[in-house]
Amino acid sequence: MDPIGWGEITTRILIQFTPVWIALVVTFALSLTFKRRLGLYGKLFDSTVGMIGFALVMFWVFTGLFGGGFGWIVTHDTLSQISGLKNKLPGTPVPDAEANGLYPYYLMGGDNLARDVFSRMIVGAWEVMKIAPFATIFAFMVGITLGLPAGYFGGRLDTFLSFLANLILAFPVILLFYLLVTPEIVQTGIPVYMAGVLFLFPIIFLSILFQSRFFTQPAKRNLYLSVTLVVGLWIYLGIAWNADPLGIIGFPPNLLVVFVAVVFVNSPTVFRIVRGLTMDIKTRDYVAAAQTRGEGPWYIMLWEILPNARGPLIVDFCLRIGYTTILLGTLGFFGLGLSPGSPDWGSTINEGRKLLSIYLHPAVPPAVALLSLVLGLNLLADGLREESLRD
Amino acid sequence: MGLFILRRLGVMILTALCLTFIVFTMTNLYPNMEKLAKTQGNFRMSDAEVASWLGQNGFLEPLPVKYGQWLGVWPGWTLEVEDGMRGRCVNGTVTPQVMADAPTFCGILQGDWGTSTVFRDDVGNIIATRLGLTGKLMFWVMVLMVPSALLLGVLAGMREGSRTDRTLSTFAITTTATPEYVSGVILIAVFASSAVGLRWFNGTATGAMDNATFSNFFLPVLTISLYGMGYIARMTRASMAEVMTAQYIRTARLKGVKFSDIVMKHALRNALIAPFTVIMLQIPWLLNGVVIVETLFNYKGFGWTLVQAAGNNDIELLLGVSVVSVIVVLVTQLISDIGYVYLNPRISVS
Repeated sequence: MDPIGWGEITTRILIQFTPVWIALVVTFALSLTFKRRLGLYGKLFDSTVGMIGFALVMFWVFTGLFGGGFGWIVTHDTLSQISGLKNKLPGTPVPDAEANGLYPYYLMGGDNLARDVFSRMIVGAWEVMKIAPFATIFAFMVGITLGLPAGYFGGRLDTFLSFLANLILAFPVILLFYLLVTPEIVQTGIPVYMAGVLFLFPIIFLSILFQSRFFTQPAKRNLYLSVTLVVGLWIYLGIAWNADPLGIIGFPPNLLVVFVAVVFVNSPTVFRIVRGLTMDIKTRDYVAAAQTRGEGPWYIMLWEILPNARGPLIVDFCLRIGYTTILLGTLGFFGLGLSPGSPDWGSTINEGRKLLSIYLHPAVPPAVALLSLVLGLNLLADGLREESLRD
Repeated sequence: MGLFILRRLGVMILTALCLTFIVFTMTNLYPNMEKLAKTQGNFRMSDAEVASWLGQNGFLEPLPVKYGQWLGVWPGWTLEVEDGMRGRCVNGTVTPQVMADAPTFCGILQGDWGTSTVFRDDVGNIIATRLGLTGKLMFWVMVLMVPSALLLGVLAGMREGSRTDRTLSTFAITTTATPEYVSGVILIAVFASSAVGLRWFNGTATGAMDNATFSNFFLPVLTISLYGMGYIARMTRASMAEVMTAQYIRTARLKGVKFSDIVMKHALRNALIAPFTVIMLQIPWLLNGVVIVETLFNYKGFGWTLVQAAGNNDIELLLGVSVVSVIVVLVTQLISDIGYVYLNPRISVS
């Protein structure tokens, strides 16, 4: 068989993405129909920039989900090497494809180990999807749980926590990664202890959240608290200590290290933002009213101040997922943490760059993919900021 | 003002001590020591041999003592062995007379940064050379980045909402969304590879260390600048847009002052206060970019040294590199704080 031209490559790629197109069209049709009833999310569809950003982000979310989660879009296995396809250009036919039941072409060519670049790029989206949003949520939990009291109470607590945050922020990120993610450090168990501390914060956060609101209604409070504690501690034991009593939840150790490193780097910035917002909002009248009513400090922080700080926090959340994606790419680029042969974008770019002056096709697709996802998140954040400022 | 600077300096020194202590602890954990012993001695050492090698080289003392010695505030260790004496401040095994002449303290405060195990050279020397090379890179980055970012921001911000504004803002967002390892790869692919065929620039900057020319130095400089540029431009735009809505600008317009004069003479001065802090705070961020770009373009500067030191478990070099980078970050923070207060009389510090 002959190699196919760019026209056919494009067509075939577009056809491979069919599930994504359908999902995107359905999402947009539903959202546009009901946008008046969807609050801030619906308002997003009034701004062109926001819609473009949302489309880019959802494209990669669906691609990651369908491609990595369900295995629909990928054309070849991400690790299998087919001899004779090393560094071959896009559109090269796979030898004996029909006999082996394989897809007949390498749509974006083969990399230096004769693996399919297209499939690796698709599964790379899933690698990001598995880590970035959760790491960002955890960083937010840590930042909020510490930032609210620092901003609200001020004083020594604030000085101490701010000092700690500035300490972490003064570290060059790459140095921190090199210190945390090397095998020798992992061997000493420091990342696991850090996970043990950092992953406690979501449980603390949710417990205080329910306790401060429902302590006057013991029945409801006990229900919410016990559900949070049982489920939370179960997941906590499984993820942080790999000691799930039921043996269902586990976490690959090298993924845990990457996760911890990313949460650790992100939380001080979230802390600073939350602290600043709290200091601003606590001077408002409704906070004074709550204080006069005799509400407890945690109730005021979590149920009066936090909801009113949501606008900037949602915007920052979008930006921060993008930044986390960049950090994950950096880790991959330096070959830290993630397992060798992992299809994540950073590692693929790192492998591809070595032969960049001769072969472009292994390095450019993951680079463009990462760029478009982060750009989408930035545009989405911009759209959200614009729309939330409007009211 | 003087008290403010003094307090900031105090906090800065405390931060620097804490950070170096953390790095020191992390690099001096036992697994790292074991790896060091095996790479320096031989790979088939037994555990007992590793322990004796570490003992002979003073690595088994308590951590705070080792940190004090490294810093130069605690007397360096000495040890009597069969054929003489060994110590922190002397090389190898020496006679007691030599030992008596050697200085008691030798740490970074005395200018003794230790020896790199990878480069077989004095850490102070390595850092000085590499920092010089990175300084050259950073100088050109600043020359390219700051004026273009300010221009971009001012042009976008002077007529908020116009087509120029939207185009430039999108460009700025795109550059902030592009990490160096992505933009670098794309730039090399387009301008330096034989596959596209333009070949305007070199894909590596190794030659630029001795002899920087436009063709071998422009791509790394551009790659670092692009990432920082977008952020500064967005800050400048926001600040400019805010100034342009101020009362005195409206008065000037109603008086009939030319639009270019309003921008140049009235708005610009006030609009540039905020970007100044941002530019200073960008320097720690650029440090990250420097590490990536120097690795990507094989330019053997400070960032490249960091990667080599961390990747090869070169403890003394890694410590030296961290000290320098931490100091760079803290000093820029200090300058940006002082500069902000100085430029903006509405902020008071006491």
